[in-house]
Amino acid sequence: MSLKLKALKKSLWVYHVSGGSCNNCDIEILDLLTPRFDVERFGIILAASPRHADVLLCTGIVNKKCVERVKEVYQQTPKPCVVVAVGTCSCSGGIFRDGYQMAGPLDKIIPVDVYIPGCPPKPESIIAGIVKFLKELK
Amino acid sequence: MSVIYIFSYFVLFFVVLSIIGLFASWIDRKLTARIQWRVGPPWYQNFADIIKLSGKEVLIPENANKFMFIFSPILAVISSTICGSIIFLVLKERFGFGGDLILLVYLLTIPSLSIILGGSSSGNVLASVGISRELKLLLSYELPFICGIIIPAIKSGSTTSLIEIIKHQQIYGSNIFSLSGIIGFIIILISSCGKIGVVPFDLAEAETEIAGGSLIEYSGILLGFYKLAKSILFVVVPLFIVILYLGGSAINSFSGFLIFVVKYLIVLILITLIRNTNPRLRIDQILRFFWGWLTLIGILGILLTLSGV
Repeated sequence: MSLKLKALKKSLWVYHVSGGSCNNCDIEILDLLTPRFDVERFGIILAASPRHADVLLCTGIVNKKCVERVKEVYQQTPKPCVVVAVGTCSCSGGIFRDGYQMAGPLDKIIPVDVYIPGCPPKPESIIAGIVKFLKELK
Repeated sequence: MSVIYIFSYFVLFFVVLSIIGLFASWIDRKLTARIQWRVGPPWYQNFADIIKLSGKEVLIPENANKFMFIFSPILAVISSTICGSIIFLVLKERFGFGGDLILLVYLLTIPSLSIILGGSSSGNVLASVGISRELKLLLSYELPFICGIIIPAIKSGSTTSLIEIIKHQQIYGSNIFSLSGIIGFIIILISSCGKIGVVPFDLAEAETEIAGGSLIEYSGILLGFYKLAKSILFVVVPLFIVILYLGGSAINSFSGFLIFVVKYLIVLILITLIRNTNPRLRIDQILRFFWGWLTLIGILGILLTLSGV
């Protein structure tokens, strides 16, 4: 494994993308970044701009207004980057699967690396999903 | 001295300062974590950040001025490294000249100026908000910072040479052990928080309001250069305060070196404590604070120094 990949695994800067979610997953993501869960232990901190980010935490079904924005944020992120679909909506569409505003799910629009289902997923399960992915990453 | 010799000396200083600076930023982050009652990052965290950033793609915005966009992070690193090398030469080799205090005052503004240059060349609206704040911040903290520098310069027999200041303190005791010394130390400590750009005065790169501010368009190794410059400032500015107020050093013996490290850590921890116990201020509050109270107290300190208290 190269040094740069090792460093990437130890220092993931997270950017939070909301593709029209109901705010539940967003609240859980904010919970994840509080001192209680202390993800800075693993080097995970919240980045201010997608240019600084390594991980895009995407929530929500991607609705028709959000498609262009989500694509643009993905293009603005310097590669290599990891896309995480947080919540059932961005994984599969959830209860909004047949809605008229549905343009997703997320993996139709941008390539997704990690799926974390749950409505909303607990902060523990978000950590567990990312840690499992990091173990697989080579 | 040939050009290659000077260049290799510069590279050596760059490597040493980066390593010390990344450790200093780790101490800052770990202490912040402990104050917030959590575990905090491991010791190699900042090294991992920089190595990771060097492996990432560098994106240059379409409407950016490409030369300035790439040049200004490098300028930030170079200027802070030069500051560090001057201070290290003064401490270790007793090498300096008559006006190195004034030279350092000028050189320490260049990292802020390079952030302004980089932000303004990136062609982003939020970056321009950030640079306007950074410019006002630079104008506001310079005045009390210079007050805090004049006080030890007068106390050490009206000299602008760092070596003379250190020698004076070795004979007559540290500058901080007097009323005007305490005033000057507090002033320079607070304004150096603005110089490094830590929390009460970090509004130029406020993450919650303007999404990174002047650094918003930077990615990859260019962002890493800015982080590195900030880490080097975490070494340079506390060392500068140690020289001016806490009696410099005798780092040629082992015990002297230990005392010197303790002095440096005290200043670093004080800066971290200020950063952790204060919220971010608005720019008008900062301007009123620096040009009002702090400068008034600074002028009082200078008057006290002139009357020998």
